[in-house]
Order: sequence, then C-alpha cells, then structure tokens
Amino acid sequence: MYSLRDKYAISGVGWTDYSKDSGRTVRSLASEACLKAIGDAGLSVKDIDGFVSFNFNDSVPAISVATEIGVPAARYANDFLSGGNAANMIVLTAAAVIEAGLAENVVCYRAMNGRSGFRLGGGRDLSAYGITQFTAPFGWITYPQAMAMWCRRHMIEYGTNAEQLGEIAVTFRKNAMLNERAMQREPMSMDDYMNSRMIVDPFRMYDICLETDGACAVLVTRAERARDLAQKPVYISGGAYGGGPDQGEDLFDAIRWPDHSHNYAKYIADDLWKSAGMGPSDIDVAEIYDCFTYSVIMQLEGLGFCKEGEGGEFVRGGRIARDGALPMNTAGGLLSEGYIHGLNHVIEAVHQLRGQAGARQVAGAETCLTTAGAMTCGSAMVLRN
Amino acid sequence: MSYPKPLPVLDPETRPFWEACRQGRLLLQCCAECGHPRFPPTRFCSRCNSAKCEWIESKGEGTVFSWIVVRHPVPRDVYAQDVPYVVALVELAEGVRIPSNIVECTPEDISAGMPVKVVFRPVTADITLPLFEPTKAI
Repeated sequence: MYSLRDKYAISGVGWTDYSKDSGRTVRSLASEACLKAIGDAGLSVKDIDGFVSFNFNDSVPAISVATEIGVPAARYANDFLSGGNAANMIVLTAAAVIEAGLAENVVCYRAMNGRSGFRLGGGRDLSAYGITQFTAPFGWITYPQAMAMWCRRHMIEYGTNAEQLGEIAVTFRKNAMLNERAMQREPMSMDDYMNSRMIVDPFRMYDICLETDGACAVLVTRAERARDLAQKPVYISGGAYGGGPDQGEDLFDAIRWPDHSHNYAKYIADDLWKSAGMGPSDIDVAEIYDCFTYSVIMQLEGLGFCKEGEGGEFVRGGRIARDGALPMNTAGGLLSEGYIHGLNHVIEAVHQLRGQAGARQVAGAETCLTTAGAMTCGSAMVLRN
Repeated sequence: MSYPKPLPVLDPETRPFWEACRQGRLLLQCCAECGHPRFPPTRFCSRCNSAKCEWIESKGEGTVFSWIVVRHPVPRDVYAQDVPYVVALVELAEGVRIPSNIVECTPEDISAGMPVKVVFRPVTADITLPLFEPTKAI
C-alpha cells in the first residue's frame, strides 16, 4: 500500500513535438523532454540526481540522458523493462526513491521513435522464442491482435458493441481538436469511426492508438520543495501498481489470465482508492490509458466507476465528454493526441490541475485520475492540486 | 522456398510438446504432485511449485473461448495471402487454454463456445502446428 499521500509532487513537466518522423535520435528526444521538465519547475540540471524510465521497445538508458544533459552525479537511474503498464508506476517509484533517501529530485521520462523507429504495432522477430512460440506461429503477433481477443470476450459476456467503442474514439478526438500538441486534430464523426477499416475484428482502425515519435518527462520532488518552485504543485495523493494471478510471461501473453473481460484495474482498485483516501466520485478529470478504445471500458469497470459489464453504456450519452460528468482524456489520449506510452496522460493531468489546459480546461478541476496499462498489469495515480 | 511465417524455437520445456505435435499428438503438462493441468509448458507447477510433471495426451477437443479475425496483415508480405484468418483461444476439455487458428470454416461461422477439435498441419520438416476445426460440419 502506497503510504506517501501528498508527500510528493509533480513539479515540472516537459514534452517534445509528437510526430510520425522526428528525424532525431531517441536520446535527444528524451533529453529535450527532461530539460523542459526541469526548466518548467525552475530547477537546474545540477539539482537533478535521479532518473526513472521504461523501455519495452524503443528507448535509451537513463544514464545516457544524464550524460547528455550533464547531470553532475546521478544517484539513482533505473530503466524498467516495461510497457504502458509502467507509465504511472515510474512516477510512484520516483516518490519511493526520494522517500528512501536514494535521490532528491527525480525525472521520469519515456522517449521513443514509435513510428519512424521501432513500431510496436509492426510485428516481431519471426523466430518465436519463449512464450511467443505459442502465439506468433498462428499469426497472433501485434498488440491490436492481442487486445481484440480481450474485447471479444466483453462483447460475448455483456453485449458491448461498436457504437460504444466508437463514442470513446469520437469523444477523445473532439478533445484533441483543442490540443495544439495532438497529432490527430481532424474531426471524426461516428460514421467516420464505423466506416474506418476493420484491422482485426472486432477492432477498426479508430479503435487503435497512434504510433508516435516523441518524449515526455515528469519531475518529482518533495511536496515542500514543490511549493517553493515555479509552478503550482500537483500532489501525488495515491497510487497503485499490479494485477491479478497469471499476469503472463510477457506483456502480450494472457493465455492463463482468468477473465479477459476484466483487466488489471479491478485488482489495484482497493489499493488505489485507499491510498488516496478518495473514491471514483471524488474524481474531477480522468486520463485513462487508451491504447485501444476497449481498454477504457475495462478500467472504468475495474476502478469502480460503474459495475462490471456496464462500461459500454457508461461511456454513452456524453458522460465522458469535456462538459460531461466525468471529463476524460481531455488532450485526446493515446488514440488522438499521441502514444508516448501513457506518460503524456500524466502531463495532461498536470496541466488540468494547474489550470493550464487552455481551451480544453475543465473548470475547477481539483483531482485527476491517471491510469497506465491495458491488460494483465498496470498502474494508476490520483493527483490533486 | 523457406517457410515465411514465425516458427517456434523449441526450448527444454517446450520440446516434448512440439515433438508430439509432429507425431499427431497434443500433449499437456499435468503436475505429478497436485494434478493441476497446465499450458504453456513450464518447469514448475504454479499451484504447488513441484517440478515433477507428467505429460498427458489431450483429447484435442475444446470450445472457442474468444477469437479475432485478422483482416490487416502484419507483417504485410508474410500474411497478405492469408487474410482474413481466425486466431482463437481454445478452451480444451482438460481445463487449459491454447491459442491457435480455426480452419475449415469461414470467420462468419465462428461463435462463442463453438466445439472444435485439433488437426495437425505440418509446416516444415520439423514443425507441425496444432490447429482446430469445427467439430460439427458447418
């Protein structure tokens, strides 16, 4: 159980352009985002002594960023072998690292040439080692193919349908249209969604997130330090990481997972809400990991915003729109803003809680839920201003 | 021409499974201590942690737990001729799930819980894949 309620804060955020072809090294993207996060807080590189990142596919080691930007002495540098499941866990880890006395001001980043370099959606080595020998030889290779298998289960059990998935995609696109960072800002109607190409039934093209070149960084400090820095502190009220039994042998594998209608969220909900001293009804804005439309439904159910099986209906009727009861993915999410493996959700949460979200600002936002992960393991945080 | 699709790379735990497939048999592990059946193969039983295991022959009968229809080929050059194809999680009667393809029917024929049975398809001299087809004539 996370026991550091409001003791640590996000003091700075930084990001690069999100593009399809950065024309740059991943290291330089990471360094740019980290420098911007440090500068955003009003700190200097000399103040930074810790780095945390994750590197499931394309990335660069934390020490290479520390080297490029000239950190005097990194006392902590950790690269988790993880995917989007870690995008909130690295922020929680930064707080734990400071609490333990291993570092004082810690930058968390994710950097990738996710479109021009290593494409996560592009398939794998054709030699199927390890657990992959039981999936890839059957042409079950990409993450959209993995998650579509989960989505079918929800459709079988609860009758979840394309219109419900489509409302998620259309809603997030509307938000992206107000976000200067977003890669996809063209209008999308429900007809556009329904007519988008079927990639892997039941997923259409617009059920699947973008592939992005870019980087995001988040600076974590002690809360009392944050109050003396340049920006309004965003406090980490609570958080959790985990999943259930049989999380699988890698991030694709869920052969033994008990129930593909429900993901990691139901297993971390108690820890998350107890750590924050809040519940779903206390959340003003939600930034939900949307590598696919369907992953949103499982997380809403798992975290208790609605009952199991009711996630599809929950998202209908404007409830998750910017002016709805639960404004969600206000920057456009991974589906329309960009895919920096979930860390871009944390940046948007910080902007909402600082009142810096411009045309997409949710009035009076005081609390924000961020989540990271779609399948058997993941992480989430409750942030507040 | 060499086989263009992903091929399993056998390891000490999985070799008995793939060698049995070549002989037209579908093998699963069963814990010799607690009787827990398991797939995919591992050295230790996840229920009791015993390393003692027996290989049991599956009847090769199961039902469709979930399925997808791949319509966009990835990698394109490898699967362009195959789409649309069906990948399913098949729940075997022995109580474990196995990923495979459903063949000998169209994607529209597939439904949840549909009974299927294993068929073996050699793809190289060394590798035979266990696929599944509908138990009842479509």
